Amino acid sequence: MIWFFLLSGIFLGWSLGANDTANIFGTAVGTRMIRFRTAAIVTAIFVVLGAVISGEGATHTLGKLGAVNAIAGSFTVALAAAVTVAWMTKLKLPVSTSQAIVGAIIGWNFFTGSPTDINTLVKIVTTWVICPLLAAAFAFVIYKFTMAVLPRSRVHLLQQDSYNRVGLLLVGAFGAYSLGANNIANVMGVFVPANPFTDLSFSTLFTLSGTQQLFLLGAIAIGVGVFTYSYRVMITVGNDLFKLTPVAALVVVLSESLVLFMFASKGLEQLLASYGLPTIPLVPVSSSQAVIGAIIGIVLAKGGRGINMKVLGKVSSGWITTPVIAAVISFIGLYFAQNVFEQKVVEPINETRIEIQYQNIQIDTLKNSIIDEFDLKEDIKIKNSTKMIP
Amino acid sequence: MAVLFKKIKNLEAQIDNYLDMVVKGGFLFKQGIKYFLEEQTEEFESRLINIDTTESDADNLRRKIERRLYTETLIPESRGDVLGLLEACDKVLNKTAETLHQFSVELPFILPEVKNYYLELTDISVSALEEMVAAVRSYFTDIIHVRDHINKVQLYESESDKIAEKIKRIVFRSNIHLSQKMHMRYFALHIESIADEAEDVCDRLSIAAVKRFI
Repeated sequence: MIWFFLLSGIFLGWSLGANDTANIFGTAVGTRMIRFRTAAIVTAIFVVLGAVISGEGATHTLGKLGAVNAIAGSFTVALAAAVTVAWMTKLKLPVSTSQAIVGAIIGWNFFTGSPTDINTLVKIVTTWVICPLLAAAFAFVIYKFTMAVLPRSRVHLLQQDSYNRVGLLLVGAFGAYSLGANNIANVMGVFVPANPFTDLSFSTLFTLSGTQQLFLLGAIAIGVGVFTYSYRVMITVGNDLFKLTPVAALVVVLSESLVLFMFASKGLEQLLASYGLPTIPLVPVSSSQAVIGAIIGIVLAKGGRGINMKVLGKVSSGWITTPVIAAVISFIGLYFAQNVFEQKVVEPINETRIEIQYQNIQIDTLKNSIIDEFDLKEDIKIKNSTKMIP
Repeated sequence: MAVLFKKIKNLEAQIDNYLDMVVKGGFLFKQGIKYFLEEQTEEFESRLINIDTTESDADNLRRKIERRLYTETLIPESRGDVLGLLEACDKVLNKTAETLHQFSVELPFILPEVKNYYLELTDISVSALEEMVAAVRSYFTDIIHVRDHINKVQLYESESDKIAEKIKRIVFRSNIHLSQKMHMRYFALHIESIADEAEDVCDRLSIAAVKRFI
């Protein structure tokens, strides 16, 4: 039964793999700079790595917004987000998985009477607005710099092409890692409080926590989405939507990846905090909106002619319409799940316990890292003692 | 990765070789005209054979380059422009060979007082060709200097127009048969058209260079 409940998350992961990975390799595959097979393999590997290694940060923020603590509730929330994404895509409306899942969680909060943390909500919505702006700023600066340096580099056009291919592959791998780290929260985040997995130890090598196993499952779903359906989307993105030069494409993907990474990296958060700088909130953001932001940055770097204000309006409207639609679908879905299918969509626990639950997750992660460190020290001790034996 | 870069180096060398052949064609053309005007038939015929071989080798090499650019899906965004440029360069080379052939077949009568102008016209047209090749090379490696070369080609082309006009004025004011006048005019036009073709390549090149940075 647990596996059935996870299906909606897996479906969401599949659709994310099919659609959003095109933002990373779309231009490269569409312009035949990189073969689809290569792009798909790199994406699948790095999405899994990003999700398992760095997926926790953005998930924690979603958990603070609303800790969906019953597996049937998680199923319905993820399904509501997936249905919203599929429906809006069919209607050709701009849609983001991140915004859909946030709406669906708020729907769960309304249905169960759980409080919505307004501070967290404001943080999330502000991030959505900042995300394309930041991507535009990155793209503007990187593009200006590249265009100032490249013509003077005296590198042969054919060599530039090769470097560009290598660059697209490396930046694409970074983009896939960042996408996995940032967007796994959308796919599996709602299942974390009701996580059915327990920690898995691989002898003394490493321990895979329950959350990491959940993220691995979601990441595999994303990988399957990449292999089974993303080719068509990549070709569309590469040939129809964005007619960019390979250099501009590289800048767009790099800017998008940097933004996704910034909003997902715990390491960066800790680094900023250690210098007493304001930290960047770890929030799942839309890769599509980051791409649009980056393209606008390039257009501005070229003089700002030809910006389609309709597109900007559509993107902005998505910040409101997507969560609202998802919240409504989630609310209705939860009503049916509870009253028609007689499923428990919420565990009656108080707010403090929700916080404790997330603190436990963090403690688990900390514990694992301490264990790893301890194991390492033990290994060194053993090695030293064996050296002393004549 | 190393294999990819090795392949690229090889293709770069092929493109350079091709452009060298175009320059060689211009040089042979200049020598051929000089020997024709000096009535050194043997030397002239030998340059004619050489230019034919060069032209045919250049054609084969160009086809190889084009095939590789397509089969190895290299420079997808600039491929069309590069192929167009190589083909346009080929037209200039063909023009030199064709003109030299016409001299060989038609043996035009050239007035002694315009011989130097013909030499000057040949020099200027070949200079336009050489500068065109420099511009194409620049497109591959040093894009910001493409404009400088293009400007020179345009200057050479307008200079060739002036010299050709001078030839025609002298020829049509002389006391020779009209057919001979027409013949000389026709050959001045042929030599001049080498600079015109070079300018056409540069027009195409200036657009291709702009496209690289859109």
